[in-house]
Amino acid sequence: MTDVKMTVNGQPVLGQVEGRTLLVDFLRTDLKLTGTHVGCDTSQCGACLVHVNGAAVKACTMFAFEADGAEVTTIEGMAEPDGSLSRIQQAFQDHHGLQCGFCTPGMVMSAAALLKETPKPTEAEVRAYLEGNICRCTGYHNIIKAIMAASGQDVSAAVA
Amino acid sequence: MYAFEIERPTTIAEAVAALAADEAQALGGGQTLIPTLKQRLAAPETLVSLTAIPEMQGLCMSDEGALCVGAATTHARVAAEAKAFPALAALAGHIGDPAVRNRGTLGGSLANNDPSACYPAAVLGTGATIKTNAREIAADDYFQGMFATALEEGEIITEVRFPVPTTASYQKFLQPASRFALVGVFVAQYPTGVRVAVTGASEEGVFRWAEAEAALSADFGVEALAGLAVSPDGMIADLHGTSEYRAHLIGVLTKRAVAAAI
Ligand SMILES: Cc1cc2nc3c(=O)[nH]c(=O)nc-3n(C[C@H](O)[C@H](O)[C@H](O)COP(=O)(O)OP(=O)(O)OC[C@H]3O[C@@H](n4cnc5c(N)ncnc54)[C@H](O)[C@@H]3O)c2cc1C
Ligand code: FES
Ligand code: FES
Repeated sequence: MTDVKMTVNGQPVLGQVEGRTLLVDFLRTDLKLTGTHVGCDTSQCGACLVHVNGAAVKACTMFAFEADGAEVTTIEGMAEPDGSLSRIQQAFQDHHGLQCGFCTPGMVMSAAALLKETPKPTEAEVRAYLEGNICRCTGYHNIIKAIMAASGQDVSAAVA
Repeated sequence: MYAFEIERPTTIAEAVAALAADEAQALGGGQTLIPTLKQRLAAPETLVSLTAIPEMQGLCMSDEGALCVGAATTHARVAAEAKAFPALAALAGHIGDPAVRNRGTLGGSLANNDPSACYPAAVLGTGATIKTNAREIAADDYFQGMFATALEEGEIITEVRFPVPTTASYQKFLQPASRFALVGVFVAQYPTGVRVAVTGASEEGVFRWAEAEAALSADFGVEALAGLAVSPDGMIADLHGTSEYRAHLIGVLTKRAVAAAI
């Protein structure tokens, strides 16, 4: 076991991990942050997406030890300080961007990474950015709509 | 996964020393290796991470005008910073998805030499030089068939030097399930001639299409490719496409690459 130290959602955390401990297992099992999901465990679906030093990564395809010293943000760190939903989360609710909700943490984290890079993305840019996020329920349309709306763009004309 | 230790050296010398141990293996971005470990297809005792080594990160221009890319540089960084070589930036920016690009590295892609990977086409298509901890390897000597390379046990790629072409384009026909190339073609024009490298198609991995190179070196235009075709013999056949289909795509994508490069 090796000691690891990182900042998760602004809080310093210490832990002990094996070499093979995945970041997603450290977050879910050791830190009990179960908002980050494991959909495929094979880097395909993006349900486990978190930010490491600001970059979107699949936490099922990174070792916890590799995040030693890093700043990690998970879905639990997305709400406003007063506990209300962030703009992106609220837009997912307003535009029915989720059904079962399993993919949603990864979708929200991807959306946040996209809007940081590209504050007003086109629909094509949103779709391209979500290449690695799979949703088996919604058909994506309302997810795209929610992200466009969260970026402050008018989606009233978009067909549901 | 079987149990192993991870080391994170900060210099190439330390990494090479750590890799000399029995059953030690390099870890780049882990985008290929971690899935392999999960399937228990590899059982290293130590993984030596190469992503905390500053001398293996980043891009620069050499005195000879080549673009040098540190082997542990992520695809996302190449996409953002390879301004001197836009076709390479575009290739890197279309590998997998954003999260894969934030972790996956140039060196990992080349060491793995997946027959459908994108970077091998750019490296062979530019005649790049692969620098390791021990030597320099010409692209034409480096790729030795599917998943096979000239690398020796414990040898690591530290940098790749891409001669910057006059103009170039990479055209990838997406295999939408894997997000790799079903077929990909890299065309690069130099004052000395044209190089054409094909990935995703051959059972021997990435290869140069000599007839197209000769035709395009004589006359760099789509018409120069009229009548040229690749034989389906030795092309990959799977549920995503027959060998005939892949051979056909090579011609189509080469034309698209030339059209885009002009
Ligand atoms: C969903 C998904 C989609 C993808 N799509 C594409 C695509 O479209 N095109 C494409 O080209 N690739 C694609 N990839 C592969 C991706 O580019 C990987 O990042 C790459 O193949 C491996 O790089 P890595 O840094 O992650 O290496 P790792 O997985 O860490 O290592 C791979 C192998 O290389 C060795 N290695 C790593 N670095 C070095 C080095 N510097 N020197 C010597 N050996 C080294 C390791 O020991 C291991 O054997 C995709 C991957 C995923 C998961
Ligand atoms: S669980 Fe990580 S990509 Fe699916
Ligand atoms: S809402 Fe169910 S998987 Fe996306």
